[in-house]
Amino acid sequence: MGRIQLKQVTKKFGDVEVIPPLDLTIEDGEFAVFVGPSGCGKSTLLRLIAGLEDITTGQIEIDGTDATNVPPAKRGLAMVFQSYALYPHMSVRKNIAFPLRMAKMEQAEIDKRVEAAASVLNLTDYLDRRPGQLSGGQRQRVAIGRAIVREPAAFLFDEPLSNLDAALRVGMRMEISELHEKLATTMIYVTHDQVEAMTMADKIVVLQAGVIEQVGSPLELYRAPRNLFVAGFIGSPKMNFIEGPEAAKHDAHTIGVRPEHIAVSDSEGLWSGVVGVSEHLGSDTFFHVHDTGLAETITVRADGEVGFRHGDRIHLTPRADVIHRFDAQGLRIA
Amino acid sequence: MARSVTTQRKILNTAAAWAIGLLIFFPILWTILTSFKTEAEAIASPPIFLNFDWTLENYAIVQERSNYMRFLWNSVIIAGGSTVLGIIIAVPAAWSMAFVPSKRTKDILMWMLSTKMLPAVGVLYPIYLLCIQLGVLDNRLAMVVILMLINLPIIVWMLYTYFREIPGEILEAARMDGATLKEELLYILTPMAVPGIASTLLLNFILAWNEAFWTLNLTSVDAAPLTAFIASYSSPEGLFFAKLSAASTMAIAPILILGWFSQKQLVRGLTFGAVK
Repeated sequence: MGRIQLKQVTKKFGDVEVIPPLDLTIEDGEFAVFVGPSGCGKSTLLRLIAGLEDITTGQIEIDGTDATNVPPAKRGLAMVFQSYALYPHMSVRKNIAFPLRMAKMEQAEIDKRVEAAASVLNLTDYLDRRPGQLSGGQRQRVAIGRAIVREPAAFLFDEPLSNLDAALRVGMRMEISELHEKLATTMIYVTHDQVEAMTMADKIVVLQAGVIEQVGSPLELYRAPRNLFVAGFIGSPKMNFIEGPEAAKHDAHTIGVRPEHIAVSDSEGLWSGVVGVSEHLGSDTFFHVHDTGLAETITVRADGEVGFRHGDRIHLTPRADVIHRFDAQGLRIA
Repeated sequence: MARSVTTQRKILNTAAAWAIGLLIFFPILWTILTSFKTEAEAIASPPIFLNFDWTLENYAIVQERSNYMRFLWNSVIIAGGSTVLGIIIAVPAAWSMAFVPSKRTKDILMWMLSTKMLPAVGVLYPIYLLCIQLGVLDNRLAMVVILMLINLPIIVWMLYTYFREIPGEILEAARMDGATLKEELLYILTPMAVPGIASTLLLNFILAWNEAFWTLNLTSVDAAPLTAFIASYSSPEGLFFAKLSAASTMAIAPILILGWFSQKQLVRGLTFGAVK
């Protein structure tokens, strides 16, 4: 079980309020991702849930019981840190066994559980090594192993993949998702990478300056961002924002068009502009189009085969049914 | 880019380093040499460097006149006891300052260090009176406590510097894994800080071993360590340089040997945190 509820939680560091009053519920078994730019308070929020920081006011409930003043060790949560935070003086086996040892579990049971975790995480051959003798991915697996052995109520991940290289990151992303499927335990995952958030989450919590901007499933956030911040943050490349007369045509202060929702043509279209930088990914090509008279640049996502060159004049047509409209306050117009 | 150093420059640097090293070592060397001379040779002018009649006479006399082992034992107890006691008190203190600092932590550290800037003689009178009042003058346990207090700021500072190098996330991980504060200190922090704690132990043992001001003033017979043993050879009837040297050599030998075998640890301890 692992239903986590935050009620009017605030956090101040000295006089600086990093988390204004905040309410949030994470259901049992859910994979929730806190996402936002650096300094948005997502890690602080995770640390408040973990108990590593004390909340200033409000209440945290875990499975319906008040955990506000419960020390981290007693909250039944396991955490995986960005730096892995392995114990460098202990073997992999001892690292994974540590939480069980602290729980005063019998040695036979400890051995059984460590072996089981190691086999799930492909660490069996490395049990007697020290963390210093492992690669980044292996270290990350040990950190996860240390978290899963004690069968916690929920897992907390603090940017666990940001120290890994890109290829490994994709692999570990899948592994963590699979682990979630297998264990069906609540997971809270903090990241600044919206791709991680989109691919892994059941529920995404978008934060900015300690405030929750929107909570929803990845597709809800993609399809119906509640404001300009969420619209700009979710989706890659970033949504194009257009103000002025073009927006007024749609009775909005600002309209947003995703790069993948713009059709390109060399002959006709609603807007026209000049190709600046093109980014060729093979499968797709991103064109940054200037001189459209709408905004500084319009980013367009086209098929990888589309072969416009720098300086070409091209024509753009947005898909009318997926134009996002925002008012002067930056809020979505339904 | 590595800075290129010419061979000539290297030779010059090496020569300078040796010269400085020998200069610093010379008094100790001279003491050791003098301890093997007769009293007449010891005060000969011009001084005799090596071509004298080597004799062990001084050592025999020193050993006969006073019980070296008793002084040695006192030194071991006072230096060892004060260091161990200091570590036991300093580990939690340094932990709290390194990992849960308050607004005043820096001030407290500076204040602790400032006590080392006070001339010791400034507090001799009150401490002497306290010792008399408490009936602990010339008492080994009292010397352990006093030397511990004298060196505590340095122990705390050194451990604080070491602990600061340990990532806080590892201790937080231990907390998440269910470790109590005691278990966190015992199973995670202390083992990780073993090299730091070892060099702190070593340095403070040496400092306490060599401490002369308090030991000379507050001990006479029962608790007198090797510093008092040396001092007992400077008598009002005149200096017996050869015997004094023999006593000094015997007093510094244990610590010199200890230092020699642990010089790596010591250098690491003294420069730790200077570069990262």
